[in-house]
Amino acid sequence: MQKPVTGPSVRGSMLTDPKIRAWAFQILAVATVVAVGWYLFHNTQSNLAQRGITSGFAFLNNPAGFGILQSLIDYTEGDTYGRVFLVGLLNTLLVSVLGIIIATIIGFVVGVSRLSPNWLISRLAALYIEIFRNIPPLLQIFFWYFAVLRAMPPPRDSHALGEALFLNIRGLYLPAPAAADGFWAFLVALAIAVAGCVAVARWARQRREATGQRFPVLITCLALLVALPVLAALVAGSPFTWSVPTLTGFNFRGGWVVIPELVAITLALSIYTAAFIAEIVRSGIQAVSHGQTEAARSLGLRPGPILRLVIIPQAMRVIIPPLTSQYLNLVKNSSLAAAIGYPDLVALFAGTVLNQTGQAIETIAITMSVYLAISLSISLLMNWYNKRIALVER
Amino acid sequence: MTDNAKNHTLGDKLMIELQGVNKWYGEFHVLKDINLSVRQGERIVLCGPSGSGKSTTIRCINRLEEHQQGRIVVDDVELTSDLKHIEAIRREVGMVFQHFNLFPHLTVLQNCTLAPMWVRNMPKREAEEVAMHYLERVRIPEQAAKYPGQLSGGQQQRVAIARALCMKPKIMLFDEPTSALDPEMVKEVLDTMIQLAESGMTMLCVTHEMGFARTVADRVIFMDRGEIIEQAPPEEFFSNPKNERTKTFLGQILNH
Repeated sequence: MQKPVTGPSVRGSMLTDPKIRAWAFQILAVATVVAVGWYLFHNTQSNLAQRGITSGFAFLNNPAGFGILQSLIDYTEGDTYGRVFLVGLLNTLLVSVLGIIIATIIGFVVGVSRLSPNWLISRLAALYIEIFRNIPPLLQIFFWYFAVLRAMPPPRDSHALGEALFLNIRGLYLPAPAAADGFWAFLVALAIAVAGCVAVARWARQRREATGQRFPVLITCLALLVALPVLAALVAGSPFTWSVPTLTGFNFRGGWVVIPELVAITLALSIYTAAFIAEIVRSGIQAVSHGQTEAARSLGLRPGPILRLVIIPQAMRVIIPPLTSQYLNLVKNSSLAAAIGYPDLVALFAGTVLNQTGQAIETIAITMSVYLAISLSISLLMNWYNKRIALVER
Repeated sequence: MTDNAKNHTLGDKLMIELQGVNKWYGEFHVLKDINLSVRQGERIVLCGPSGSGKSTTIRCINRLEEHQQGRIVVDDVELTSDLKHIEAIRREVGMVFQHFNLFPHLTVLQNCTLAPMWVRNMPKREAEEVAMHYLERVRIPEQAAKYPGQLSGGQQQRVAIARALCMKPKIMLFDEPTSALDPEMVKEVLDTMIQLAESGMTMLCVTHEMGFARTVADRVIFMDRGEIIEQAPPEEFFSNPKNERTKTFLGQILNH
């Protein structure tokens, strides 16, 4: 028995036309988003109205009425919530910038050490990485704060370095400089020294390219940077008067104080993030094929120039994208500072200010926008840098 | 091909000398008692099945691999773990790799000037003049401003040859320079190498291009399982191989 080959005639259906389907799903998606958005908005509006909360940003001009542990700008209890926001933002930026710089330095050193042919060094680096990236960051912050810094002695029994540096439970006390007679001469000398270094570096490069001769740029620059300001101080008198912290009663007066909360959060975040950066640096260097090292060696280049001229420039393009996300993590993790009472943006603004004013939507929205803005700025900067060093392909 | 490639007289000076060289990778005995002398201007082709130790042999000559026993003397300098000696030898020995190994973040010109500037302390302008001279010799001066990623395989390998020549080496090592190339690009690289041979360069070349061996080599060396099995001038090597293993190998690569 043989059936006829002709099957049932295929008729086009509305349901199977890809164009119509695509449109239908698009419309459905948009409708859902609009409906959910409208529901949220309406719900919030009616809730706010019910509780008699006025929305808007007028509260930013009201006086805050509370003190802040650390402020980079002048702040008193009578200042506004807007000023509190600024204080919190600067404190967050301070931790972020310090953290990024320290984490990058530790991360690169540990990452390169991890690849060291020296057994002890590479094991130590591996140990560092395995310990610090496997412990939650909040716990590390607690460790530095409660186990290390809170265990410091009271001001009377401070650990002292000479008569100028004091470490106790209230923080690290440093002498604070203030401008004196020789200040301007000192500043000018320093500026001349810096300009001199730039000039020497440029001149040395041009001479190397023109004649092939080398010049010890680093030592010359260090000598310049030390000698000129010292000379200026000798001629024009001391550039600074130092306000040295002194024990009066139960606490120190004068000088600068670095609060233990700042030390704890900065240390914890730097050390934690550095462990990840170290792994990124290691993988970046290993991603450069061994043939590159061999080719450079066969040309007679030494290990230093090989790393600087051949390996690092190629490793950077592998390192930059994940490095960016580590920087973003560090900035966002800085909000954990709230846990030990460091007055960062979240603790101050999305915490204290929110509680006092009840303006939840506004404060949270502002805080979120700030983190978004910081993160996007870092991303943009890093993407720009990555594009600049990208390889040219066909 | 040209006949004058073969009409040359060898210098009396020994450029490379390997005496009783042995090497192990763990338990595996890669090089077994290798003895080899290369005179100035001599061109040697090393062939043999894969894993026979021919690449390892030439990589020992510029210390990309370390030998564990025996003596290697290159241009009157003995290879020891002394970094000064290693650097001195690497300056005089150029190497071309199977996978080119050009620096992808540098232009063709920068690839060629990097080592002369940083190793020989050559002024930039002079290094660029030297680089352009050799890029012209390998017939790609017009690509100087491009990046390696923008060139074909054959062009990249010719740049690699020019890059090695810019150090003005006394010896050139080739490690399967045409194995990673598409067939139509093999010739342009071989032509460059023949031209180099005509200029009197001392060359050691690991290759399976038997046509090249016939045209250029003064001596063909057959290696198998870490040993030098047989060595002879190409006419004799191809027409009258003595060892069974050599015959089998030649049978495999010539009759297909």
